Amino acid sequence: MPFIPHTENDTRTMLDTIGADSIEDLFDEIPAELRAQPLSEVPAGRNEMAVSRLLQARAAQDIQALSFLGAGAYEHHIPAAVWELTTRGEFYTAYTPYQAEASQGTLQLLYEFQTMMTELTAMDVSNASLYDGASALAEAVLMAVRANRKSKSKRILIPTTVNPTYRSVVNTIVRHQGIQLELVNYDTQSGYIDPASLPTDPGDITALVIPQPNFFGALEDVDALTDWAQAHGALVIGVVNPTAMALITPPGEWGNGTGADIVCGEGQPLGAPLSSGGPYFGFMCCAQKHVRQMPGRIIGRTDDIEGKTGYVLTLQAREQHIRRSKATSNICTNQGLLTTAATIYLSLMGPEGLRQTAEHSHANTHKLAEKLCAIKGVEKIFNRPCFHETVLRLPKPANEILSALDTQGVLGGFDLSQTYPELGNAILVCATETKTDNDLEQYATALRNVLA
Amino acid sequence: MHDTHTPLIFEHSRPGRINNTHTQRSTAQTSIIPDAMLRKTPPRLPEVSEMDAVRHYTRLSQKNFSIDTHFYPLGSCTMKHNPRACNTLAMLPGFLSRHPLSPEQHGQGYLSCMWDLQEILKDVTGMTAVSLTPMAGAQGEFAGVAMIRAYHDANNDTTRSEILVPDAAHGTNPATATMCGYATKEIPTDANGDVDVDALKAVVGPQTAGIMLTNPSTLGVFDRRIKEIAGIVHKAGGLLYYDGANLNAILGKVKPGDMGFDVIHMNLHKTFSTPHGGGGPGAGPVGVSERLKPFMPIPVVGKNDNGYYWLTEKDLPQSIGRLSAFMGNAGVLLRAYIYALLLGREGMTRVADYATLNANYLMAKLSQAGFDMALPERRATHEFILTLKRQAKEQGVTAMDFAKRLLDYGFHAPTTYFPLIVPECLLIEPTESESKETLDAFVEAMAAIQKEAESDAQTLKGAPYTMPMRRLDDVKAARELDLRYKQS
Ligand SMILES: Cc1ncc(COP(=O)(O)O)c(C=O)c1O
Repeated sequence: MPFIPHTENDTRTMLDTIGADSIEDLFDEIPAELRAQPLSEVPAGRNEMAVSRLLQARAAQDIQALSFLGAGAYEHHIPAAVWELTTRGEFYTAYTPYQAEASQGTLQLLYEFQTMMTELTAMDVSNASLYDGASALAEAVLMAVRANRKSKSKRILIPTTVNPTYRSVVNTIVRHQGIQLELVNYDTQSGYIDPASLPTDPGDITALVIPQPNFFGALEDVDALTDWAQAHGALVIGVVNPTAMALITPPGEWGNGTGADIVCGEGQPLGAPLSSGGPYFGFMCCAQKHVRQMPGRIIGRTDDIEGKTGYVLTLQAREQHIRRSKATSNICTNQGLLTTAATIYLSLMGPEGLRQTAEHSHANTHKLAEKLCAIKGVEKIFNRPCFHETVLRLPKPANEILSALDTQGVLGGFDLSQTYPELGNAILVCATETKTDNDLEQYATALRNVLA
Repeated sequence: MHDTHTPLIFEHSRPGRINNTHTQRSTAQTSIIPDAMLRKTPPRLPEVSEMDAVRHYTRLSQKNFSIDTHFYPLGSCTMKHNPRACNTLAMLPGFLSRHPLSPEQHGQGYLSCMWDLQEILKDVTGMTAVSLTPMAGAQGEFAGVAMIRAYHDANNDTTRSEILVPDAAHGTNPATATMCGYATKEIPTDANGDVDVDALKAVVGPQTAGIMLTNPSTLGVFDRRIKEIAGIVHKAGGLLYYDGANLNAILGKVKPGDMGFDVIHMNLHKTFSTPHGGGGPGAGPVGVSERLKPFMPIPVVGKNDNGYYWLTEKDLPQSIGRLSAFMGNAGVLLRAYIYALLLGREGMTRVADYATLNANYLMAKLSQAGFDMALPERRATHEFILTLKRQAKEQGVTAMDFAKRLLDYGFHAPTTYFPLIVPECLLIEPTESESKETLDAFVEAMAAIQKEAESDAQTLKGAPYTMPMRRLDDVKAARELDLRYKQS
């Protein structure tokens, strides 16, 4: 029987031990009127060979074109060792490390992960992951409301340069707790939040969200925004791209004061394949003083009774299994395996490898934009410096051009006209380190053909 | 197991030890980022060779218990075998490299799998529709309770302020109620392990938004009065939420939809055997009855003459909204789908049969070995509870001591101290994957530990002895917080 080891003889002996005549007897406490009709939509069982054939055929339908899509999920080279190690059964098939002495592998790895994330963000502490970048931002908003005891308003300012889907997820998750999300508009010339446009007397604000880079790929004036928020008693929530941290000022160093209070983001660029959108992982770091308000698992270093160093889940009094309705979040299962991949990815990249990845992605996107803007009618919309994405305006409706490019084997980017209609025929393009000069040229050629 | 100390990866680091380059050109050429925005000092990530990293993480992996290496009867977690085909096939390049925003016509293979999975889960749960997007059980719970709120709101029924939760419930249930803006009211459990119906009647009322129930409950028994409970809550205008984290014992046997539930979440990382990865990822799809269908979280997979496509805000304007940046833990869902295909409909019912057989057998054997069951008169479902209250009193040993000593005998410990209402409890879930020999060996280990408790409780209290670590100091960890390596 698939995945069941019992022989007929075993079953018989076991039933005798129980004192039951048949397996069916074991279900005798279920009221008869509740017993289900046989399953009808679940297909008949197939063996591994048959299922492999089916899945191979389906996967083959999805082989993708040359892609310049980003918008929250990024194609990066993942060293082969990352998933070779991550899918070792001892990592892959372990549960949450509740029995610390029998889970030192996972626990030490997570302690290393936390260290790496605090290094990337220049923050004091990190948790052991949340679900994804969008839900991590929602958790960050809830955390800011708990952490900012001086603020009573529960007003959170969110720039429209934050990924629109993130804003929508935040709204889904925090709306039941009396929190007000107020949008801050961007400068349509530059594609960033102009600090000069912020009110001088904003009243009681609980937190300001600062994306870096923002959804357009542009770099925000994080120092001025941080100083403005902190001057008005608001906490700063950074939502950052982890690859970019190798290149640009990390949130722990934003502004003139103590840096951001809470930092979160999407961990996917650190070793997770695109995989239709998941599993990825959300990360969250914060300043030491806020650690007791963090959601999610946190690993701490301690000693055993003989004084040897080891690792455990700690500060569990924040969590649902202890604190129940007063917990910092309902999260229980997180994205452990993806943090395993990220930790191994960051070890293999090192500071130099990650910097190169960031720089080359930045340079490739810049190069791509130059090539495409040489085509008549194509122009860059914003003049802010970018990380590895940028916004281009096209001479015709974006969806038409993108489908035409698709027929030429190029996924040309993300259509912004639904979410940012004020930008006209605009697309968001991304060229990571995976793209060669030939790839960039192929895009330019395809676009030239399409526009001809 | 290794009992040697494993240095941190940072301690293997040497300045200038550069691993491979992962870029197309030797230099990046252009940077248009102004100096003021550039990072001044690089992050202190490890500088190690590939071999350093491979050895280090291989070594760390060897310090874990896992299903692949040990019997792992962790109650409420369904640690069953994770078939390898599920992983291999979910990692096929077409699935693995697909960008989530690439056009639907480039995802027909993937989307067809997700459509099929929705249909399978509808059948298994007896619900009208399924949304796959929640990323774990707790997020499924959030989606479910948010839908209950949306339903009441849509009926202009806005004064309901409470969610009822049994005292045996998983911690995520009350925590979820809070996130949805509800107060939690606890319902006691009666002496037989069922919800105390009289207590329920006493607290249910016009303020009741709904009830969150697990059935089989976290006590490992099937609540026989479930229909009556459903009637009471529905009559008061509340809705029923089914915490379907653990469906292993009811697959093909009972459907939550038939029990009268309005919404359910399922933990595919338990019943559908996707790996738990040392903490996650999971997948917590929700199933709904007809009346909650308009409120389902998006996106949901739809199908028309052109093929498969995503239903979004436009199609479901009353949806509670999005829960993730894309569509949840796609790769986990694929693994669950592959598992469902491998089992098929007979295989699913068989899972319930043998998970139940194993749990009842283990319960019988442990009783015969002299252990006390929390609910000895009841049938076990996929799991059951053993209580060490007597041992605590007579020998001064605890559930924790037994748990730690089991590690020395080569078994992962069962869940301890949950549910909170049974003193010194072990919640034991063997799953259908385990053979009679393994279960017998576990009983022998438990009996041997009991002997130690009687003859030498002190030794038992010092366990474990054969792990890489002796018992770890949780109090010190929380008092003297050390949450990252401080590099010099
Ligand atoms: C009964 C029960 N409910 C809810 C959950 C929460 O599920 P998750 O950990 O996937 O969030 C679990 C598992 O942890 C559980 O056992």
